[in-house]
Amino acid sequence: MYVAVKGGERAIENAHRLLAHERRGDRSLPEITTAQIAEQMTLAVDRVMTEGSLYDRELAALAVKQARGDLIEAIFLLRAFRATLPRFGTTLPLDTAAMRIRRRISAAFKDLPGGQVLGPTFDYTHRLLEPSCSDPAEPATAEAAAGPTPRVTDLLAADDLIETTARPAGDGGETPPGDLTREALTFPAERDLRLQNLARGDEGFLLALGYSTQRGYGRTHPFAGEIRLGEVALEFFAEDAGFALPLGRITVTECQTINQFKGSASTPPRFTRGYGLAFGHCERKAMSMALVDRALRARELDEEVKAPAQDEEFVLSHSDNVQATGFVEHLKLPHYVDFQAELGLVRRMRRDHEAASGSSREASSDDPAPEQIREAAE
Amino acid sequence: MTVTYNFAYLDEQTKRMIRRAILKAIAIPGYQVPFASREMPMPYGWGTGGVQVTAAILGPTDILKVIDQGSDDTTNAVSIRKFFGRTAGVRTTTRTADATVIQTRHRIPETPLRDNQVLVFQVPIPEPLRFLEPRETETRRMHALEEYGLVQVKLYEDIARHGHIATTYAYPVKVDGRYVMDPSPIPKFDNPKMSDCPALQLFGAGREKRIYAIPPHTRVASLDFDDHPFERWRHPGRCALCGADDSFLDEVITDDHGTRMFVCSDTDFCEARRAAGHGPDAPGATAPDPARGTEASHG
Repeated sequence: MYVAVKGGERAIENAHRLLAHERRGDRSLPEITTAQIAEQMTLAVDRVMTEGSLYDRELAALAVKQARGDLIEAIFLLRAFRATLPRFGTTLPLDTAAMRIRRRISAAFKDLPGGQVLGPTFDYTHRLLEPSCSDPAEPATAEAAAGPTPRVTDLLAADDLIETTARPAGDGGETPPGDLTREALTFPAERDLRLQNLARGDEGFLLALGYSTQRGYGRTHPFAGEIRLGEVALEFFAEDAGFALPLGRITVTECQTINQFKGSASTPPRFTRGYGLAFGHCERKAMSMALVDRALRARELDEEVKAPAQDEEFVLSHSDNVQATGFVEHLKLPHYVDFQAELGLVRRMRRDHEAASGSSREASSDDPAPEQIREAAE
Repeated sequence: MTVTYNFAYLDEQTKRMIRRAILKAIAIPGYQVPFASREMPMPYGWGTGGVQVTAAILGPTDILKVIDQGSDDTTNAVSIRKFFGRTAGVRTTTRTADATVIQTRHRIPETPLRDNQVLVFQVPIPEPLRFLEPRETETRRMHALEEYGLVQVKLYEDIARHGHIATTYAYPVKVDGRYVMDPSPIPKFDNPKMSDCPALQLFGAGREKRIYAIPPHTRVASLDFDDHPFERWRHPGRCALCGADDSFLDEVITDDHGTRMFVCSDTDFCEARRAAGHGPDAPGATAPDPARGTEASHG
């Protein structure tokens, strides 16, 4: 009895209802609010904003809730919403040197102007499960540092010990940076587009690639020059007003690595940089991004390209988790037609194979046992 | 918070950008035009390229048909049809003859298309050379230089190893004697339908950000050799429901003892035939035999 594959519409509706039911979980427990997620699942929200390319804590929290905590699904929700938003313009470049610092560490200098500020970090916690973590003590306070907190790379640049700019020669900054969400990415890609791609890229993918450079697959001898977390002002140059308007502040994590460079015939030895920037507090992401950014500069710095992390097409084509998850998971969609065609081919090839092995046995065997012949003929 | 979306979801700027890419694609048949594909509210791999092309060409008076594996009723076809029903409010149909825009995944309808129709293909991997050369920089160069020896070598190796070409779907074609093109994963049975087709054929690859086209009445040749000409393939025999002996058949396993039946993959075609009085007991109907092998016809 043939049962036609009908009723797709009903099946989808029922699946959506079941999904909503599962999302809610045990109804005897209070429903989680997006405000709770925004306040207490902050790092999940930060990751969703970063890879979703949209700075909006409220919507990111809603996405996390709607996605049942599946962060890639939440990133996808935010991206799809972002794609429908009109563009009013581009902000002025962020000045991270003027950041209101909440955390700032350098692994290159023991002390430096502005000091080392540990801030809210897991780094030195003992990873012991603590059921009592729900009622923490009030945080200790200290006087805010009075002076400025210059970037470590700027301090090094003052002595010409590190490259000051990685802009392509002849570009004094008048070319606006590209936008791969508005124009298809082509190869070779310049650093602006590479950085945009990495900023949107999957944290896990970049982590693994960054890790691979540390283990010798495209080694770049990195130092964590500086990692800083805090709030930076966002400014928009309004043509009508004729000056830059402050839009508010956003939280970002910035990582600058200091990497070896031996110099060349025309340039003296000086350090090179890798750069990572993420919305909110995404330290692992910013660091991985900086490692991969530096690895991808191999071509520009005349280094041999031999490791996956240095391979621009490989990295940039596979870093986007919304694309990756879609294409991997699309294998769930029906492929009856292609499979039927392949089935026909395999049957034909098996028939050819059986015919060939049958005849070759007959030809090669001097005195085949009767059952052997029968087997070959089946 | 209320959210309102534009007609057919995409904003007009995006539609214009996509239409420009489509026009370029029509001007250079078979050439893959890069476009700034957007994140759509369905996942990559689910037909985002086709959906964007459809959204860009759809007008309020269009009648839309969506098929997946030849069927209007597979879940993804239902989902995409509902999406446009909701965001564009256009009329939808399952009848091939009534539709002005047909979005498809993996099939070309059996009913011949007309000149007032547009067929929109969902494309996973637009690059026909991708599995021979993974680098985009290389494959673009190969297309530019019309350097297609690698594909011919692959087909030759098939023949050397198996005695025949072992590509059954997404079988590469040459469009208008110039660009080698991936027809999307349609069975090679459908390839001949692309040539000299009165309808406009558009191909959208969302994740890979490419659009390409076959203008109406363009010559589309499946790659082959003089001594190993292109062969169509379908399960031999007739549809168990409508008796058609010239349609692409799906094999349906009906129990756990290996009993199976073969039915039309194109559900609209099958239903229309049954409505016209055709049935499995058509004179001369024979049960298909999967062991019988290839029923070849040159296309």
